[in-house]
Amino acid sequence: MTSSASTKASDELAPHVKKVGELLHLDLIVTGARCGGCLAKIESGLGEIPSVRQARMNLSSSRLHVAWEGAASQANLVSAKLEALGFSSAPLKAGDTSEVVQRAESRGLLICMAVAAFGLMNVMILSIAVWSGAADMSAAERNLFHMVSAAIALPVVAYSGSPFFKSAWRALRAKQSNMDLPISLAILLACGLSVAETILRNEHVFFDAALMLIFLLLIGRFLDARLRAKTGRAANDLAALKQINARRIDEQGRVTDIPVVAVRAGDRLLVPAGGLIAADGRIVKGASMLDAAIVTGEPVPQNIGPGDVVFSGCLNLTQPITIEVLREADNSFLSEISSLVEAGQQSQIRYVQLADRAARAYVPIVHSLALLTFLGWLLMGGSPRTATLNAIAVLIITCPCALGLAVPAVQVVAVGKLFAAGIVVKTGHALERLAEITDVVFDKTGTLTRASKVGEFSLITSGDLALFSSLAQQSYHPATAHLREMKGQHSVDNIIESVGEGVSGHVNGVEVRLGRKAFISDAMPNACSGLWGSIAGQAPIELTAGEIIRREALSTLHKLENMGLGLSLVSGDSIERVQRVSQNLGIQNANALTRPGGKSEIIKARQNEGEKILMVGDGINDAPALAHAHASATLASATDISRATADIVLRRDSLAGLPYAIQMARAARAAVLQNFAFAAIYNLLAVPLAVAGLVTPLVAAGAMSLSSILVTLNALRLNSINPEPFK
Amino acid sequence: MSALLWLIPIALFLGTAALFTFIWALKSGQFDDPSGDGYRILECEDHPLVTFEELSSSESREHSA
Repeated sequence: MTSSASTKASDELAPHVKKVGELLHLDLIVTGARCGGCLAKIESGLGEIPSVRQARMNLSSSRLHVAWEGAASQANLVSAKLEALGFSSAPLKAGDTSEVVQRAESRGLLICMAVAAFGLMNVMILSIAVWSGAADMSAAERNLFHMVSAAIALPVVAYSGSPFFKSAWRALRAKQSNMDLPISLAILLACGLSVAETILRNEHVFFDAALMLIFLLLIGRFLDARLRAKTGRAANDLAALKQINARRIDEQGRVTDIPVVAVRAGDRLLVPAGGLIAADGRIVKGASMLDAAIVTGEPVPQNIGPGDVVFSGCLNLTQPITIEVLREADNSFLSEISSLVEAGQQSQIRYVQLADRAARAYVPIVHSLALLTFLGWLLMGGSPRTATLNAIAVLIITCPCALGLAVPAVQVVAVGKLFAAGIVVKTGHALERLAEITDVVFDKTGTLTRASKVGEFSLITSGDLALFSSLAQQSYHPATAHLREMKGQHSVDNIIESVGEGVSGHVNGVEVRLGRKAFISDAMPNACSGLWGSIAGQAPIELTAGEIIRREALSTLHKLENMGLGLSLVSGDSIERVQRVSQNLGIQNANALTRPGGKSEIIKARQNEGEKILMVGDGINDAPALAHAHASATLASATDISRATADIVLRRDSLAGLPYAIQMARAARAAVLQNFAFAAIYNLLAVPLAVAGLVTPLVAAGAMSLSSILVTLNALRLNSINPEPFK
Repeated sequence: MSALLWLIPIALFLGTAALFTFIWALKSGQFDDPSGDGYRILECEDHPLVTFEELSSSESREHSA
């Protein structure tokens, strides 16, 4: 068992090992490391492996970097050691550079911010001197100060403003408008005007305003980038996707490991017991049991034999089988699901964020206002210089600083607060969509219900349970998986397994039997399904794993209903089981026997009627529906694809966090709209001043920092919204 | 006025030095793992100036003396 586990690990890890010079490098996601003790345990533990040269654990991002000499296959020593120390690990996928890119992005923004801060501080010192001492200052002194300011500000603007300029330029080339366009325009005009005024030896320059604009907006940009990096990392942690490899049998009967993408139709694949089926195929050899729960939602494993067709993503449970591939991985069931998911995600990308919506309405107004100011001053007999000056002042003062800072500040606070409550919201985007939902659709199996544990229904002593669990360790039958999890440690001998019937053996010298009821006692042959067991010939005890409604489901549904949300249930399971759950929970609208495609069809149809749906699901079959829904949530215990698809992951594996997430999303939306209102009021006050030509650099600087502080303080109010303790 | 001619360059020089120190610290990875580094200082092996063996041998010499 151990040997097969470690070889499996090396197959999974080998593709992610990078060779740099003499050393082999591997990056791992390590879960469970929380304190300095864990850090020391991991680093010194790995240091005990003779070939390991370097082991560095990053506690903030829960990433481990290991470097060693020798063969790539030694990666399994590392993961085995981590497992022995009590930490689970998964490779950071070699092809996935998103974390590296995000780290570089936020580091770049931080450097831009530091440079802008340096420029701002120095220019501000000079500006304050000019403002406060203007009366006593000679024109020559003032001009010297202006020239020094220009010498500092221009290179700083060119460097720190580049994120905005680049983004604005990209939008221009695509013949589109975005928020960075008016920002860039305001910065460039403020600098251009100030340079002209410096050369003409005039009184007012706006270098400090341009730098403050850049600095404040970079704060918003940096917060946003760090938020995305943090949630992206959390999503990767959860995904920790197991790379599926396929085992191909060639003509000579040799078995080689190949990546799933290399599987071709007609290949013969060996699927070990407990292995995932990598591609759709027909069984040519072997009989086993198939767990299709994650594909169809059907919880009971099926018997399969030669000639049966199996779908990718199913789990082969009891015996190794050989399959002939019918369709390559690209055309298989799993990739069909993935393409359905992608199609859904496309529609989510089309969602326009609040800030962009505001910017689209805002930009034309502001630009026409500036133009009107220019024309107005000319018509009223002002000089072209005064007209230009005032038009630029309008652009500077109306620059959407609040839009740039208002939204990220709110989202960082809201997402950070949810993160602390065990709710991962992957993007700020998702938070906005979550605030808009009108209906919630639940999956049944694994979402509203969970697998029950043995002993929850029947009375059984833990000592007896350990006996059954020890015997179950000797079998791979899916029906006993929940017993195996209890890790019985007794010694077992005289094991006899009769296929399809049960298993018996002597545990600590006592005869223990597990299996169908007919296998345990002759009293009721074939009368009952389920798993039964007996100890030393005593009366049989039922040990079946069932499905029970989650403890927190009813109260969560009540809270959601009180929030004015419509509730419904969509499941792939049988009608009577769905009915039982929906009646218990008081859900009126329940669909049973839906196929995976059917779930997303239902969601799409309802959304076309104007509903905005939050889908909550956990299986592979839920993934397309999760992607098509307006917003989606999943649980920590969900399948990888669901966790990768959903907007929100409830890390505590409990539905209780859902109402809090929606409450926070709504509060965040309200705060964003309030911030827009602040920005509007501020503009209503400031724009007339600018149009009238009364905006001096001092007024511009004061107004800009005041509005940014107001907006940030308003965002911090979200910190007072706390989750209700679960009773 | 003449004081400005050397005060402004000094101010700018100090500011630039601080800026480059920050960028150097950032690029050398000193902000990569703030929570880990806080613990690391507690877990690091000590390199005492006088080792335990030296200490005990000097003590025993004192006793014999």
